Amino acid sequence: MDRYRVIFTGAVFTAVFAFFILSWLPQRQLNAVVPIDQLQPYTEAQLAGRRVYISMGCLYCHSQQVRDERFGSDQLRGWGRPSYPEDYRYDEPHLLGTSRTGPDLMNIGARQTSRTWHYAHLYQPRAITPGSLMPSFRFLFEVKDRAEPGDEVVELPPGTAPAGKVVVATADAHHLVDYLLGMNHNYPRADARAMPGH
Amino acid sequence: MTQAPPVVVYEDSPPADIALADRVEADRSTRGPVLLFLSSAVIWLVVGSIAGLMAALKFQFPDWLTGSAWLTFGRLRTVHLNAVIYGWTSMALIGIAVWMIPRLVRAPLFAPKLAMAAAWGWNLFMLFGLTAILMGYTDGLEWLEIPRPIDIVVAISGGLMAISVLITVKNRRTQHFYVSVWYILASMIWFPIIFVTANLPLFTGVNEAAVNWWFGHNALGLFITPLGLGSAYYFIPKIVGRPIHSYNLSLLGFWSLAFFYSLNGHHHLVGGPFPQWVITTSITASVMMAIPVAATAVNFHYTMIGRFGALRHSPTLRFVVMGAMMYTVVSVEGMFEAVRSVSKVSHFTQLTVGHAHFGVYGFAGFIIFGAYYFILPRVVDWEWPSGNMIRAHFWLALTGIAIYVIALTIGGWLQGQAMLDAGRPFMDSVNVTKPFLAARTVGGALMTIAHLIFAYHFWLIINRKGKRRSEPAWSDRRSYIMQAPGV
Repeated sequence: MDRYRVIFTGAVFTAVFAFFILSWLPQRQLNAVVPIDQLQPYTEAQLAGRRVYISMGCLYCHSQQVRDERFGSDQLRGWGRPSYPEDYRYDEPHLLGTSRTGPDLMNIGARQTSRTWHYAHLYQPRAITPGSLMPSFRFLFEVKDRAEPGDEVVELPPGTAPAGKVVVATADAHHLVDYLLGMNHNYPRADARAMPGH
Repeated sequence: MTQAPPVVVYEDSPPADIALADRVEADRSTRGPVLLFLSSAVIWLVVGSIAGLMAALKFQFPDWLTGSAWLTFGRLRTVHLNAVIYGWTSMALIGIAVWMIPRLVRAPLFAPKLAMAAAWGWNLFMLFGLTAILMGYTDGLEWLEIPRPIDIVVAISGGLMAISVLITVKNRRTQHFYVSVWYILASMIWFPIIFVTANLPLFTGVNEAAVNWWFGHNALGLFITPLGLGSAYYFIPKIVGRPIHSYNLSLLGFWSLAFFYSLNGHHHLVGGPFPQWVITTSITASVMMAIPVAATAVNFHYTMIGRFGALRHSPTLRFVVMGAMMYTVVSVEGMFEAVRSVSKVSHFTQLTVGHAHFGVYGFAGFIIFGAYYFILPRVVDWEWPSGNMIRAHFWLALTGIAIYVIALTIGGWLQGQAMLDAGRPFMDSVNVTKPFLAARTVGGALMTIAHLIFAYHFWLIINRKGKRRSEPAWSDRRSYIMQAPGV
């Protein structure tokens, strides 16, 4: 073989070999994992909220993976039980995340159960958590002179809303909070052998 | 279609007149695509820098520009990443590779129109891709955000570039394969494979995360890094006027990079919900990167040794050598970051952001800048008009990236330690980073100013502004003509 073919073959081989090791083999292994019944598929509203989550880029600051107690303080912080592959069965795209500029959200629905809290926090994070670096998502809300029938009025700490106005959640905000409230993966995981090698 | 080149295979050193004629022919064949790739890349650099600076400022002013979804942090940051990775770094590296390959194999570029089409396609991908991200359309996968229908365009462009380079090399009139050719050839084959595979919608859940990071790290390891190293292997020996120290070392560096770098990706999943043996494989491969990194560092060092004085005279050498040195440092840092005990602290923190900029900007970016200073005068037959602008570019970029990396490395480490200590509230890990994030904005601002100067200078040279010079403006105060056109 001349050098040309050596490089060509070598390049194709290394890329395919890496894919085989890093993606194909683990997929074979994980396909054998038994699904957990308590994990429900997302509702339509939650899926719409998940799309808002992706579109706003929440994943760049919030992870969705709780690490084992031997590896970090996630559980001591009350972020829930460690995550396993079967917890992500309905996730497309995956939102594991690589950054924790904000806290992990794998079980945020178990920690913050109040819709009001989420609305206020999305509208102005610093009204709830002083010093927070999260952007305000006030464009997910409408500011009106008075609420109309069917409007979901957001309760805000004093001084947060524009004076004399009411703040109303849009459909996007509603769905996003549906999604966040549904983030609860604390159901028990019976079979410790379900993920070999973990 | 260009005419098939004559079937003449030279000895490794043809007579000087033939070598020069070949080089003229090579440069003529690449002029159009090189200019298009390099000018487009500069535009995306400016776009990406401004988006990045705005995103950085949002850490100091989180309520700034929150009136519409278009400019929310999550979108600006993503525009920044895609503009600088796919627009600036990738297009610039391809332009440089297109310029080098015909010179290295002494054959004109095969069908320059293919490369032109690839460049236009790439620009369309960038334009539609960044607009889609601003509008909120994204695939939601890091490094693969641009929606799949738009991805088809860049997949075709990448394929066209692979064909163009592969056939050009096949038409070679040299027997010897210089190491830069190895790197360029391989990366042109790798890009379409990894990009298309990663975009196939066949995976869900954690499996998708596996494919995501197999791609994400290989975009660096099998595309940006080999093209950057291929450029350094070209420019360093070229400018110091001596061959590369060891051919065998460069071979070892190439194959160990191909084998180990391709397996690095899953160190992004350390501690995550994934079979541990896969993660351990990636950690091992990450540590084994010591081999290609050491081979390359030793090779460059022994090529440079005794010639470091040339750094004063050549802006190209200054940028490229600085980039090669940063490659060594950032790679060693990367090896440590992959190890579980370090990753436990550094993963999920700003340290990773600092590391990414150290690699892509400090290594690849600096080598690209150096290559621009060498290539442009030869493409447009005009010297860079201002030595001072080059100096300002170099020092602002270097100071900027130094502040950026040092600030985020320290800030990220403190952030990680605060996060690991469950006795401290989570907000401690946020508050501790704030001064370092402010310093990062200062570093990023210096880099952006450097890029604006560079872009303006680029505009001047391609329009042949300033006076005609017989030697580079850089060396006004010295009679050093190593970088005169045609040499």
